[in-house]
Amino acid sequence: MKLPFWLRPVLFIAVLLAVWQVAIDRHPGQLLPAPTGVALGILDLIRHGLLLKYVVASLFRVTWGFGLAALTAIPLGLMLGWYRRGEMAFYPLVQVFRPISPLAWIPIAILWFGVGDLAAIFLIFVGCFFPLLLTAMSAVHNIPAVYINAGRNFGLSSSAFVSRVLYPAVVPQLLTGLRITLGIAWLVVVAAEMIAVSSGLGFLIVDARNAGNRYDLVVAGMVMIGVIGLLLDLVMRSLERVRSFHWSTSEG
Amino acid sequence: MASAEIVAEAAGTASKLRIQHLGKVFERDGEAVSALEDINFDVSAGEFICIVGPSGCGKSTLLNVLAGFLSSTSGSVTIDGEAVSGPDPRRIMVFQERGVFPWLTVEGNIAFGLSKLPRAEREERVAHYVQTVRLQGFENAYPSDLSGGMKQRLQVARALAVNPDILYLDEPFGALDSITRVIMRGELLRIWQSERRTILFVTHDIDEAVQLADRVVVLSSRPARIKDILTIDIPHPRNISSPRYLQLRDELLKQIGLAYEI
Amino acid sequence: MISMTKPRVWESFFWPTIAAALLLAVWHYSVVFSGTRVFPSPMSVRAGVSELLQQNVLWADIGDSLRRVAVGFCAAILIGIPLGLWLGWSAAANQVVNPTLQILRPISPIAWIPVSIIFFGVGDRAAIFLVFLASVFPIVQACVSGVSSVSPVLRSAGRNFGLSTSQLLRRVIFPAALPQILVGVRIALGIAWLVVVAAEMIAVDSGLGYLVIDSRNSGKRYDLVVAAMLMIGIIGLILDFSIRRVERIKSVRWGFRNAS
Repeated sequence: MKLPFWLRPVLFIAVLLAVWQVAIDRHPGQLLPAPTGVALGILDLIRHGLLLKYVVASLFRVTWGFGLAALTAIPLGLMLGWYRRGEMAFYPLVQVFRPISPLAWIPIAILWFGVGDLAAIFLIFVGCFFPLLLTAMSAVHNIPAVYINAGRNFGLSSSAFVSRVLYPAVVPQLLTGLRITLGIAWLVVVAAEMIAVSSGLGFLIVDARNAGNRYDLVVAGMVMIGVIGLLLDLVMRSLERVRSFHWSTSEG
Repeated sequence: MASAEIVAEAAGTASKLRIQHLGKVFERDGEAVSALEDINFDVSAGEFICIVGPSGCGKSTLLNVLAGFLSSTSGSVTIDGEAVSGPDPRRIMVFQERGVFPWLTVEGNIAFGLSKLPRAEREERVAHYVQTVRLQGFENAYPSDLSGGMKQRLQVARALAVNPDILYLDEPFGALDSITRVIMRGELLRIWQSERRTILFVTHDIDEAVQLADRVVVLSSRPARIKDILTIDIPHPRNISSPRYLQLRDELLKQIGLAYEI
Repeated sequence: MISMTKPRVWESFFWPTIAAALLLAVWHYSVVFSGTRVFPSPMSVRAGVSELLQQNVLWADIGDSLRRVAVGFCAAILIGIPLGLWLGWSAAANQVVNPTLQILRPISPIAWIPVSIIFFGVGDRAAIFLVFLASVFPIVQACVSGVSSVSPVLRSAGRNFGLSTSQLLRRVIFPAALPQILVGVRIALGIAWLVVVAAEMIAVDSGLGYLVIDSRNSGKRYDLVVAAMLMIGIIGLILDFSIRRVERIKSVRWGFRNAS
């Protein structure tokens, strides 16, 4: 039997959902909802206007935390990558800070910023800053020496050199780093909202569980987290495909 | 009288590039490794010089010092009487591979060194050199869409566009297939004859050197010293099966230390 | 090559020391000048570390965290690598399964906490499940892209020597994809370490994450909070360092040298 190519993954998902549905139907009284229950839960959230509100709240925090981290970490990382001694000085420190779970900063975030948006934004910032710093540093190292020599040969001023050689040469790696880091930001915001604030998709999950074991809403929240995370990833990937950005893949 | 004229010529008028007692020592893991030793030669304006030598001998190092990418440890390099202190847009290097900027189109690459020119003049210059290297129709293509030979022509165009007086070519055709390489030599000679730049061309290909150069500088294996400087006294276009051609080629092969029978 | 003169050997110790000293000084004096009672100075953090060491809680917590990461991560490797190799090898299988993975992947492992508590209750197994979830997707992803980017020339060369499919997978495809797979494994380990701490802050009552949250909740001992964070950082660094050692083995390293 020859199925059209787009139908196969859809069928696969349908089979998974059907197995899930049947398993729940056979064992009534489960906390875990069936797919139909989840769908009803999502509808419920939309009707109460909560879904949009929480999605916006989460995206707002991610935008600020991620944006601030990108604006500070990338220029700093490019500079440290370029000046060997600067990198020598800060590399060990960065390496110690980076593996600290952003969530371990929660007590400090609450101490400094109280419970609220600022604390969550700070956590996302911390979670994105160090990976982006390292990406920018290694992107500078990976510029082929030929590009640097060719750039120097044409007698560019240092600012022209940065904007016309250094920056375009590191863009492909930076974009990949930004995409991965955005995934981290999305992971952190959900966790931060489960502990440090009272809105957003992470809060929805914890709240739905604590206030009456509404597991249909828990899974509905998870589905939304997955869908939005996927969309964020797709947006970043489409950026990587912009012609003058994606040279690295085609040029080997 | 005649000898005085020769001295005067050597002293300044026609000598474009002068290399005196040039030496380069690298430091590797705390050990000093000598790459170049006591290199001496002069190049006159408009001359086509090929530099040949066994692979790894330091040909590229020599070119990198001349172009100002590396500093020398002893001796001097002067161009028009002025010491070389760093890279300079008056002399442009053409690299073996990956020398074109992959994030720019063909036009963008050629215009790379022209940002100070007014727009109209820049466009005119770009159009001219697109034509010179025969890349018409590819103006808006990215390097990833070009063949190896086209990329190298693009590098030559980018170099010529800033109107340099010297071109350094570092095994520019080394990564190309042999047919493309022959075509590229013809193109380079055509461009050289119409634009009359001074060219220093590093290669490991003996035939390439005999086909292109006015003079061939032969380097010994590491540390590189000058073994011989051979004048190729055959007018262009050169007949590559003429007895003189074969004689010079054999002479070069002998200099490199290769028997001419396989 | 990149900038200015080459730094000397002593500088590789000198500059980091200066930077660290500067950071500690800034930290110390901002604590002193702001007159905060809550936020600890570097000195009190050091005291906190030795207090934790003496009470033996630290070792127990470190052991708990590492055990959860080890079990969850190994499970992710055992399932993720074969699955990823298979999906990378068979375009048809990848086409069917990949969309499902793409939807599951971006769900924060943290968001699974309530569900994992239903499945496993509050305890070790819930945390291990979260670690597994967090690390399995990056591993599968790295295997798929690693295998599909193996040059067709290598495949043909393998076939040419008469290898069967399973031999080809084991002797050509896997080693060729290994550098990329290892990068994925390293990233996965980083995420696993991040997630175990988060899980311990919410779903269990032991481990370094629990130490952080507990030190705060029981008496605002911020010196212990920062001490625990420091330990998290150092252990994460050691984990990362050990995987990088594997990447440096000769037979594995080829991919990193050519990868510019």
